[in-house]
Amino acid sequence: MTAPWHSAALALGDDALVLSHRLGEWAGRAPVLEEEVALANIALDLLGQARILLSLVGDEDELAYLRDERSFRNLHLVEQPGGDFAHTIARQLYFSTYQRFLYERLASSDSEFTALAAKAVKEVAYHQDHAEHWTLRLGDGTAESHERMRRACEALWTFTAEMFQPVEGLDAVDFPALEERWLDSVASVLERATLTVPDGPRSRAWTAGAGRQGLHTEPFGRMLAEMQHLHRSHPGASW
Amino acid sequence: MSNQGDWPLWEVFVRSRRGLSHTHAGSLHAPDAEMALRNARDLYTRRNEGVSIWVVESAAITATSPDEKDPFFAPAADKPYRHPTFYEIPEGVKHL
Amino acid sequence: MTTVEAFQAAFDAAVAADERIEPRDWMPEAYRASLVRQMAQHAHSEIIGMQPEANWITRAPSLRRKAILMAKVQDEAGHGLYLYSAAETLGTSREELLDKLHTGRQKYSSIFNYPTLTWADVGAIGWLVDGAAITNQVPLCRCSYGPYARAMVRICKEESFHQRQGYELLLTLSKGTPAQHEMAQDAVNRWWWPSLMMFGPPDDASAHSAQSMAWKIKRHSNDELRRRFVDICVPQAESLGLTLPDPDLRWNEELGRYDFGPIDWSEFQQVLKGNGPCNEQRLDRRRRAHEEGAWVREAAAAYATKHGARPGRPGEHPPEGRPAGRTHRERPEKPAEETGTRAEETGTHVEAAV
Repeated sequence: MTAPWHSAALALGDDALVLSHRLGEWAGRAPVLEEEVALANIALDLLGQARILLSLVGDEDELAYLRDERSFRNLHLVEQPGGDFAHTIARQLYFSTYQRFLYERLASSDSEFTALAAKAVKEVAYHQDHAEHWTLRLGDGTAESHERMRRACEALWTFTAEMFQPVEGLDAVDFPALEERWLDSVASVLERATLTVPDGPRSRAWTAGAGRQGLHTEPFGRMLAEMQHLHRSHPGASW
Repeated sequence: MSNQGDWPLWEVFVRSRRGLSHTHAGSLHAPDAEMALRNARDLYTRRNEGVSIWVVESAAITATSPDEKDPFFAPAADKPYRHPTFYEIPEGVKHL
Repeated sequence: MTTVEAFQAAFDAAVAADERIEPRDWMPEAYRASLVRQMAQHAHSEIIGMQPEANWITRAPSLRRKAILMAKVQDEAGHGLYLYSAAETLGTSREELLDKLHTGRQKYSSIFNYPTLTWADVGAIGWLVDGAAITNQVPLCRCSYGPYARAMVRICKEESFHQRQGYELLLTLSKGTPAQHEMAQDAVNRWWWPSLMMFGPPDDASAHSAQSMAWKIKRHSNDELRRRFVDICVPQAESLGLTLPDPDLRWNEELGRYDFGPIDWSEFQQVLKGNGPCNEQRLDRRRRAHEEGAWVREAAAAYATKHGARPGRPGEHPPEGRPAGRTHRERPEKPAEETGTRAEETGTHVEAAV
């Protein structure tokens, strides 16, 4: 792992891998059958992206299953555990909006990521559309759903600044501009959903950029323990 | 258990590829048309079986009833002159 | 002849001629009830059946396997949807059917009350459980009830992917390390007998079989399908390098098929009664998912009402299944594109977005 774009591939690949895993936890638990299918589609898209990105750097399974927690480069936002459906939708809104703008940028500039981004941006646009539609319905649905959505948006707000820390190897991306665009877009969706933009801090004492440096939150270690256990129990085996 | 959350049923029609008509693919539940389209996309085209989708609320479809089969469809059955096989063309005539 | 007798005669003639019965045709009440029961049970099996496999999504040992497993569990949700839709054509809403599942008034296949203890169980389910299901279901593609038959065509197409991935998974394990091979053998040992039970009780003890066959809902007897399944599996097990846990299994030259040992029907009855290893767990999780999702479903319904996004009358179901059935003609074909307005106005048309 030498070239700067390797760390970028890991950062983006780990985001997709970890979020896909979290979405996979919904299987068999979604609020309605139609949503089982929708969430699985998104999880599968992300897993597909993760596999391509990790394969740019090395063996996808070695990278996914044999790295320790401190070597993962994903954002704190994507590693946060479960929560209710509102948390999932709030996270999808925050992340897919970011991912869409980022991949649009990558698709239009010449790099190792151009082809991947061009394909992924269509998938991600659909994820964003899904998140937006559900944000509207939860925010402007019943009193209960409004309250749950408000809480979820606030709870995850603190993880949103991290997305815009510069990533090594993505020099073509103007992160401050991306952040401005993101804020406008998310604010407009929240407003239409009768929600307000949370006013809390968008990062904590040492969290901004921490995930990209391999410093994670506690639940992530347990997630990896579950994800990696079987693979690690049979060293050298093929599956 | 509350029934407030019951979503209506929608019929889904998929154009599997350009040049073909939309065909009834099945049905699903959704709270509204926009979500019905999205659910239909996820469910009925997740293996790339479509280029276009229609959804319509099931309750909005008006249909013939089976008892009326005769009055509705019988008149056409004795009009063989609507079918090309009714007409004999001399051998050797081309492009017809 | 009375009207009912005339209807009955028309129905019998249609079934005899291998024509399909469609939702708004007259049908005997018992036929309707039998179909609803079977389709509901089938749909419930698909969605309860997601659980034992979903149990391994977060632990799948390679990213390729993880993607395959997610897609498979997703398909099962899809199959559940197709089947609930087919059942709804007979005038029973999905909500009612789910309620019957949640309150234990309708069953799902007992096979899903067995636990998935190791990764190899995912393979065994694909090979044996889905294999048994396919053996059962392929004839249903010719079932006399049109919507059920059509749902089954779609399902069977997708099921063969399920079975093949299971077989390939087991093959990889069987040819892998000794520990992997042992894992595969152990899974086959545990799933073999329950899979044979999936075909239901022996013909002489099956409550619904004879009538279902007369109605052409079912095309082959339980025992017939079970034998067919055994004949298919024995050579497949050999190719896997795994054994089937039945000392009585041997080729019968005279009958041209395999003989197999007696099935422990008392275990089957126990599991059916609710004393299987996972009955409570499966149902509990299903109920919880439904209850915890109530606020989401209500929110979306409330939003639709608020924004007038629902063209019909909320909550209204046509009494005799669907469609609503007045005496008018069907709508002219191609409603949206030709007029160029309706679709855009109602937002119910999407082109090339799929």
